[in-house]
Amino acid sequence: MSTDRSLVREGSRILAAKARFSALEIAFWIAAFASIYLLKSKHLILTEIAILGLFALSLDLILGYAGIVSLGHAAFFGFGAYVAGLLAKYAIIKEPVLALLASGLAATALGFVTSFLVLRGSDLTRLMVTLGVALVLREIANRLDITGGADGLQGVTVEPVLGHFAFDIFGTTAYVYSLVVLFILFMVARRIVHSPFGLSLRSVKGNPLRAAAIGINVNGRLIAIYTIAAGYAGIAGALLTQSTQFASLSVLDFERSADVLLILVIGGTGYLYGGLIGAVLFKLVQDYLANVTPQYWQFWLGLALVMMIMFGRVYGAIIATAIFALCTALDLPFMQSIVATVVIGLVLGIARPQIMATTAKITARAVALQRAIKARLARKPAEDHHAAGA
Amino acid sequence: MPPVLETRGLVKQFGGIVATNDVSLSIQKGARHALIGPNGAGKTTIINLLTGVLRPSAGAIALEGRDITDLEPHRRVQLGIARTFQINQLFADLTPLETIGLAVSERMELGRQWWRVVGSKSVVIEESVDILRRFQLADVIDERTGNLPYGKQRLLEIALAIACRPNVLLLDEPAAGVPEAERRDILDAVAALPDDVTVLLIEHDMDIVFSFADRISVLVNGALFVEGPPDEVAADPRVKAVYLGEEAHG
Repeated sequence: MSTDRSLVREGSRILAAKARFSALEIAFWIAAFASIYLLKSKHLILTEIAILGLFALSLDLILGYAGIVSLGHAAFFGFGAYVAGLLAKYAIIKEPVLALLASGLAATALGFVTSFLVLRGSDLTRLMVTLGVALVLREIANRLDITGGADGLQGVTVEPVLGHFAFDIFGTTAYVYSLVVLFILFMVARRIVHSPFGLSLRSVKGNPLRAAAIGINVNGRLIAIYTIAAGYAGIAGALLTQSTQFASLSVLDFERSADVLLILVIGGTGYLYGGLIGAVLFKLVQDYLANVTPQYWQFWLGLALVMMIMFGRVYGAIIATAIFALCTALDLPFMQSIVATVVIGLVLGIARPQIMATTAKITARAVALQRAIKARLARKPAEDHHAAGA
Repeated sequence: MPPVLETRGLVKQFGGIVATNDVSLSIQKGARHALIGPNGAGKTTIINLLTGVLRPSAGAIALEGRDITDLEPHRRVQLGIARTFQINQLFADLTPLETIGLAVSERMELGRQWWRVVGSKSVVIEESVDILRRFQLADVIDERTGNLPYGKQRLLEIALAIACRPNVLLLDEPAAGVPEAERRDILDAVAALPDDVTVLLIEHDMDIVFSFADRISVLVNGALFVEGPPDEVAADPRVKAVYLGEEAHG
C-alpha cells in the first residue's frame, strides 16, 4: 500500500500548528512580565490575580479538558495553603520553593485519593461529592488545634525565596514569585493538553463510551488529570499562604470554589487562557465595583453572570455593562437600580430570540471582516514581491 | 481449531425482561458471520455484552480461548475486539485526523505520553492518513467531526474501529441511515478487510447480509433460533415464518 506523502506532510503540519505559540499568546506573557515594571503600585492585587489564575487553570484542566465539574475545588487549594502554613510555622521546610513543592505534592496525594469519588455518576453527583469533600476538610481545619481553628494559622513566617528574595510589604517579591510559578506551571499544562494524553482527555470528555471502545482506560485518565489538577490547586493555595504569611478557614470556603467556577465561566473553558483572563477580569471588576458600590457590588457581578449565560460571553458582558452604566449615569439609588434592572432584564428576556439573531449577524460580519483582513495581509507580501519582480 | 470468539450460555436480564437468553455462539477465525433477527431480538445487547459495555447475568465469553467475561471494555479492545455503533458515537469536537490518530496512538500504547506533542510521531500520522484515505476522508481531515455530513461521519465511525486494528470486528448496522450513493463506499471498505480479521455483522438489509456473510445466526426474542450457511438459513421455513410473521403483523 503506497502512502500518500503529501497528505502525511499535510497532517503533520496541521497537528504541529495546533501546538504552536501564537503571537497573541506571546504578547500575553510579555504583558504579564512587563507588569512587574509598569504596574509597580499594583503588585498586591496582581499577586492575588496570579494566584487566582493558577487556581482557575487547575479547574480548567479537569472541567475544560476532562469534563469533570467541581463545586469543591477549594479543598485542594485550602489543603495546600494549610500545608504550606504548617511547614513554615514549624520550620519543617524553611525555603519557600521547596515548601511550595511539598505542599503541591500533599495536595496531589489528596487529589489521587479523592479522585475515585468522582469517577462514577453524573455531573450532579460530582458536584455534590466535590462539595462534600471541601466541607469535610473545612470542618476538620475548624476543629483541629494545629490549624488554629476559626482564628486561622497565626505566626507563619516565610523565609526569603531561594534564600535571597525576602517578601516585602509592596508585594513585589510575592508577585514575581507567583508569576514565575504560574508561568512554569502554565507551560507544563500547555504541554500536557497538547500531548496524546491531553487529546485522549478531550475524547473522554466528548464521548466516554467511545473512548473506552477504542481502548482508552477512561477511569485511569480521569484519575490522572484530577490528581494533577489537585496538585496545581494546592500550589496556588500554598502561594497564597506564603505571600500573605497567613492561612485561615476562608481558603476552604464554598465561596472560593464558586468564585473559581465563575472565573472560568467568564474567561471560557478548554483553552487554558480562560482561567487567566477570567481571573484578571473578575478581580478588576470586583475591585472597581467594590469601590463604586461597596455594599452592592455582588448585585452587578450577578447581573453580568446572568446576562453572559443568556446572551453569550461577550454580548452578555456588554449588556450588563450598559445597564450598570445607565444606572450610574442616571445616578439612581440602589432600590431604583434594582427596579430598572428587573424591567430591562424582563424586556431583554422576552426579546431574546431577536437579540440572539442580531448578535449572530454581528458576529458573522466580524468573522468575515477578520478573514478579509487576514487574507489581505497574507496577499500583500506576495504582491509586493511580484511587483518587485516585474 | 478453537473458535476465535465464543460465548457459553450467555444471559442478560433487565429486571423482568430477558434480553439475551442462553446464547452460545462460536465464531471461527476469519469468518464473515452475520447476526440477524427482527427488531428487539437482542442483537445490539449481544454486541454490548461481547464488548463489555454490559455485564452478563450469567454465562461466559472467551476470546481465543481466554475468558474475558469480567474484563473492562478498554482491556478487550487491547486484546483485539473492536466495534462500531448503530448510532454514531464520535468525538464531535475533534477532527477526523485527531480521532483516528488517537485510536492509532492508543493501540501503539503511546496514549499515556504527556510530554510529547501530538503528531510528532510520524508512524502514527502515516497510518492515520492511510486509514482516512481508504475511507474517503482525506479531504476533510481537519474539519470538526460534528460538522461533517452524515455519510462521512458514518465512514469515520467504521474507520475508527479499523484503526484499533482488531482481530474481531463487530459491526452494528454499518450502513444504517446512509444514503444509497454512499452505501457502496462503506460496503467496499468492509469487504476490503484482511481475511484474518473476523467480522460479526448485525444488519437488517438482507441484500448486504447474503452478499457478505458466510455464516448466519438468527436471533429471536433473545435466543438463538437457527444457525448455518446462508443458503440453508434462507431456505429454512422457520426463518421465513419469523420474518413473514413480522411483516404480516407490521
